[in-house]
Amino acid sequence: MIESQPLRNAKLPPPVEPGGEPKQPHLIIRPSSGWAALNLRQIWLYRDLLMTLALRDVKLRYRQTALGAIWVVLQPLLGAGVLSFVFNRVADVPTGDAPAFLFAFVGMLAFTAFSSTLTKASSSLVGNAQLVSKVFFPRLVLPLSTVLSTLVDFAVSLTVLFVLMLLYRIAPGPQLLLLPLWLGLILLLSLGCGLIAGALMVSYRDVQYVLPVVVNLLTFASPVAYAASFAASKLPDGLQPFYFILNPLAGLLEAFRWSVLGGGEVQWGYVAYSSVFALLLFLAGAFAFRKMERKFADVI
Amino acid sequence: MSSKDIAVSVRGLSKSYTIAHNVEKHSTMGEAMLHRFKNPLQRAEKETFWALRDVEFDIEQGDVVGIIGRNGAGKSTLLKILSQITEPTKGEIKLYGRVGSLLEVGTGFHPELTGRENIFLNGAILGMRRAEIDKQFDAIVDFSEVENFLDTPVKRYSSGMYVRLAFAVAAHLNPEILIIDEVLAVGDAEFQKKCLGKMQDVSSREGKTVVFVSHNMGAVRGLCSSAIWLKNGQLLDYGPTSTVINSYLSSSAEHSKGFIDLKQEPRLHGWGERFKICGLSLNNGMPLMHGQPVSVAINFESTGSIQDVVVGLGISTLEGVRLLTYESRYLGENKDINQNTKGTISAQMECYLHPGQYSLDIGAGAGDTEVIDYLPACSIIEILPGPNTPHGLYDTFASVRLPAEWNWVTTQ
Repeated sequence: MIESQPLRNAKLPPPVEPGGEPKQPHLIIRPSSGWAALNLRQIWLYRDLLMTLALRDVKLRYRQTALGAIWVVLQPLLGAGVLSFVFNRVADVPTGDAPAFLFAFVGMLAFTAFSSTLTKASSSLVGNAQLVSKVFFPRLVLPLSTVLSTLVDFAVSLTVLFVLMLLYRIAPGPQLLLLPLWLGLILLLSLGCGLIAGALMVSYRDVQYVLPVVVNLLTFASPVAYAASFAASKLPDGLQPFYFILNPLAGLLEAFRWSVLGGGEVQWGYVAYSSVFALLLFLAGAFAFRKMERKFADVI
Repeated sequence: MSSKDIAVSVRGLSKSYTIAHNVEKHSTMGEAMLHRFKNPLQRAEKETFWALRDVEFDIEQGDVVGIIGRNGAGKSTLLKILSQITEPTKGEIKLYGRVGSLLEVGTGFHPELTGRENIFLNGAILGMRRAEIDKQFDAIVDFSEVENFLDTPVKRYSSGMYVRLAFAVAAHLNPEILIIDEVLAVGDAEFQKKCLGKMQDVSSREGKTVVFVSHNMGAVRGLCSSAIWLKNGQLLDYGPTSTVINSYLSSSAEHSKGFIDLKQEPRLHGWGERFKICGLSLNNGMPLMHGQPVSVAINFESTGSIQDVVVGLGISTLEGVRLLTYESRYLGENKDINQNTKGTISAQMECYLHPGQYSLDIGAGAGDTEVIDYLPACSIIEILPGPNTPHGLYDTFASVRLPAEWNWVTTQ
């Protein structure tokens, strides 16, 4: 038993060590306001959680599906088949030297990396509402952990791509080494969008319904099955740059395809613009997320 | 105060929530914008609700402190702030040690994953490092008693196994300050005992500080050296467990004479406004006496129509052990309730509870499975000795004293 009396309204001095120096607390909890630091150190401390959650997503993805990993292969193949048929055969859009199917497949590969990260990252908070309201951890871990399952899918599709290139007898050039750079930038861009969308989705579930529509529109508005320069050339004079400026994904998709297939007319100015845009959007998304995350547990 | 070190120091802690009135809550952006557009000058009528107000206390290292109070007193909010899930509006907390919190058993358990996979997932979620889990893995499995089903997806587990595994992971969390919310309300009695034992171990042998919220006064009495009593977000009392619990219980008994108003009580279960038990009166306000008839009248309101409604009462000891259950479907009839109905269901019974204090649970269901309203431990009732009650030391007997027909046969 301790000899404590009711402590109501007692103003106590801070705890003091025998030596007379106030003891350092392990943690101080206070209300905060304004912008918060990203606190990467804390995310690093929780890296095991990040990995565990990422592995959970990968494992769960194909458990209790009959065809398992085959879906990862089939999805881009079917997508590329339909797109190349519509754009190349029906609409007669040129794809340069590259075979139309391969052209569309590479586009799909890059676009899927973007769209699946965006979709998964943005729904990661609402999908794990129980965790958010019951456990403390750096909230950024949730959207970041979704990247791994996208990467696994990407690796599988990339293997399929190399098999296709072998069949078409197309050898990649040295520019292939830049592929990870473009992939990284595409992921930053989609994470930037995903962080903002995810944070908004906590309060407004509309985002959940709007996002698939946006992704769907983007499939056609982005140079997935056609070359960006071809689409831009169809716009009235003077408006061509807007094709690239309004859709920062365009420059990155072009660069990605150039890395794999070579050739084509890549407009490097716009690629640089897209790259800077991706970096800034990611940072803006991360800071906005950190600012909004204080309300998550109360609102979700 | 003694010269022991402080583990948790809370100063001026307040937390407010904003509740919008009049205006329906906008859960879509469109609604919110449309409303703004139609009523550009209207300010939403907002009320600030203080879930915690100016709470201050210190907890010494190695203390086990129970937090008690009625539903909505701010207990859970306090735990959520202590575990950094939500931020305080004002004030400051200093924590001298690594914090681990356990607000729910099995948070993040995934039904499709196996027991083994869930141990790693749940451990990581609770903040354990992979190496720590590896080290503790055998102990966790041992404690959970599910070693034969480690590679079975937990969706095939019985609820008992599920809870055991979940608690086992949590029990091997290794913080210096442990924050626990009502997790012992689950599992069978034997396992609960094991969990309580583990918690006792944690504090007494390993010298850890434990902050523990519970409605189970028995558990608080058994585990905690001191208790904090919260009421309407304010700290009402902090001191030795038995003193605080006694004054808490007598204040609860005080307010429950006659009509018990339950309309505004916060609910954790049920269908909300669709069916609500508004209150009950016991014996029209006359004292309840052992061996005497008791009448109960329960008022309810509904906004929707519900089939097959059942109402029930439960009487438990203050330690939380259920003694008696009364249900309207036992020797009564289920009732179909129409929209926007107000009604009363009344019952007559004989009271054979021992004189003393008991806790009252009340609930309603639809059919055999749906809980449409449930208020556990919503009030404390006091039973007085009746005219025929034998005098003596009541406390040393069981909680129910029943009549029987007695016949002596003697031979010489």
